[in-house]
Amino acid sequence: MELIDHLGLGFTVALSFQNILYCFIGVLLGTLIGVLPGLGPVATIAMLLPITFGLSPVAALIMLAGIYYGAQYGGSTTAILINLPGESSSVVTALDGHQMARKGRAGAALATAALGSFFAGSVATVLLAVLSPPLAQVALAFGPPEYFSLMVLGLVASVTLASGSMIKALGMIVLGLLLGLSGQDIYTGTSRLTFGLPELADGFDFVAVAMGMFGIGEVIRNLEDETRRSFVSAKVKGLLLTKEEFKAIIAPVIRGTALGSILGILPGGGAMLSSFASYSLEKKVSKHPQEFGKGAIAGVAGPESANNAGAQTSFIPMLTLGIPSNPVMALMIGAMIIQGITPGPNVMSEKPELFWGLIASMWIGNAMLVLLNLPLIGLWVRLLSVPYHLLFPAIVAFCCIGVYSVNNNPTDVYTMAAFSVLGYVLVKLECEPAPLLLGFVIGPMLEEHLRRAMLISRGDPTVFVTQPISAALLALAAFALVAVLLPAIRQTRDEAFQE
Amino acid sequence: MPLVKNPTNVLCGAVFIVLGGVFAFQASGLMFGSAGRMGPGYFPMVLSVVLALFGVLLVVLGLRVPGAQVHGVFAWRGFIMLLCAVIAFAAAMQPLGFLPAVAASVLLAFLGSRSFSLAAALPLAAGFTFFSWLVFIKGLGLPIQLIGPWLGGY
Repeated sequence: MELIDHLGLGFTVALSFQNILYCFIGVLLGTLIGVLPGLGPVATIAMLLPITFGLSPVAALIMLAGIYYGAQYGGSTTAILINLPGESSSVVTALDGHQMARKGRAGAALATAALGSFFAGSVATVLLAVLSPPLAQVALAFGPPEYFSLMVLGLVASVTLASGSMIKALGMIVLGLLLGLSGQDIYTGTSRLTFGLPELADGFDFVAVAMGMFGIGEVIRNLEDETRRSFVSAKVKGLLLTKEEFKAIIAPVIRGTALGSILGILPGGGAMLSSFASYSLEKKVSKHPQEFGKGAIAGVAGPESANNAGAQTSFIPMLTLGIPSNPVMALMIGAMIIQGITPGPNVMSEKPELFWGLIASMWIGNAMLVLLNLPLIGLWVRLLSVPYHLLFPAIVAFCCIGVYSVNNNPTDVYTMAAFSVLGYVLVKLECEPAPLLLGFVIGPMLEEHLRRAMLISRGDPTVFVTQPISAALLALAAFALVAVLLPAIRQTRDEAFQE
Repeated sequence: MPLVKNPTNVLCGAVFIVLGGVFAFQASGLMFGSAGRMGPGYFPMVLSVVLALFGVLLVVLGLRVPGAQVHGVFAWRGFIMLLCAVIAFAAAMQPLGFLPAVAASVLLAFLGSRSFSLAAALPLAAGFTFFSWLVFIKGLGLPIQLIGPWLGGY
């Protein structure tokens, strides 16, 4: 069977000593930053992008991916033990997980989270392997109009699934697109949108933009409220689940995995949305909904499986279509471009060892996380006692060194400063920075496909609606926009984000 | 009734309009081309106009639909000091070199916290500078001058 051959190739690549090592470093780092609040996977991956230059492309992507799904594990550990979600995706885990810990079932909650995540991760890995080849086949038949419409759909969907004001999110996308276009025009070589600065002739450096908005900008936000973290760490004993508990988590884990896998594939989806959606679902189908919030084990099992499944299936559109569905995937695309790989459906056929090696490494990484996390829980909790004011100056300096080292150019560091200002001001105006980063990455591709499509159609814009696939994609995008504006859906969406 | 019902949205709209204007101004100097043969200025101009229109929409909504007050304080101290830290790093890197630049950025960033104390700052700066030397220069072998020409480096 072809699938077995592919996975065989993947495991041969992923099991080489070097790749296992980087996978290990990735998941370890991911767990670490998942545990630490105020430092997310986006900022960490942005910081580490420059370091990945020296690695082989496979090792670089394996490590960066490990950070992303490792962070999901780490975030849930602190959510359960000290009611402090390290990641946004583990906010819902804290609701019931911490209540379980208070009742002396911290070990069971952690084991549930780890087992649920591992199951979800394994299923999502297989899904990734099964779904990607046909999807890439379809994408290979895409022409410029289809690509343009697909990107529009991706951008629109990422807005409709996000929280907050739609207009602002759309505005952030457009601003991101504009910023992404600055630099040299691909067709004429004209330098454009450089604010009159010759230093910007090549456009804004992607790493500087990402680190400014997500690294430094995030640190400034954390400095708003400097209350000291105080916590009582729960004693962890008895990682084994009772028979009843084990039975009680089977169904939620399966439901969470299914829901997370679907939501992860959608543009704008990913870990956070999946965990919120799964919690609502579990509450609805439960026979004892009143137990939720008071230590219901299903409230841990469902979301924890969902966020890990979502984190992994969000790689599908990135790997097969070259379209990022969330900021982490935007960074992964950035990492591929830095390594000289053009993201898109060709990656699978031209670099099979990269594609399948990455997929196989995810399964290995998930297995490592289960083995690694349960014994190291004590260490992670102790790490939390490091006060933030000793941590953040190092983060700032690390960002500076990282950005500088990309091109050995101070301009990039100034760019980062400018984008940390922009990022923080926009956050204060209640604009999410994520759509801007997506727009920034997609901007040049979107323009290229638009120009090509219009050139082929001799300036006739109806080409986007007369081509059936393109028309269907645009119709979906329009539907998504309209749906969010409908009051009924709007309400449930707001509710889902309030919980 | 106050004239402005949602100051955040009005302000945000204004920012969008200004940014749209800045980009439109830059795009206006570029060849526009036609729909069938788009010049380098075509797409940027369209996007700038769209951005400004979103801004107008936000301003109109902000004047008419009430919203929540701006919540959370503006972290002035952190904002200014972190900016100083990053700019100091960029400015110090080439004339002064890696070690002074890292130490300066750690110290300045620390000043952004209300928990700043010199007793904690100096060991932190020294420790992190040593650590980053170990990781970036020794470990990763980045070709960066440790001590710049202004301090007698070469």
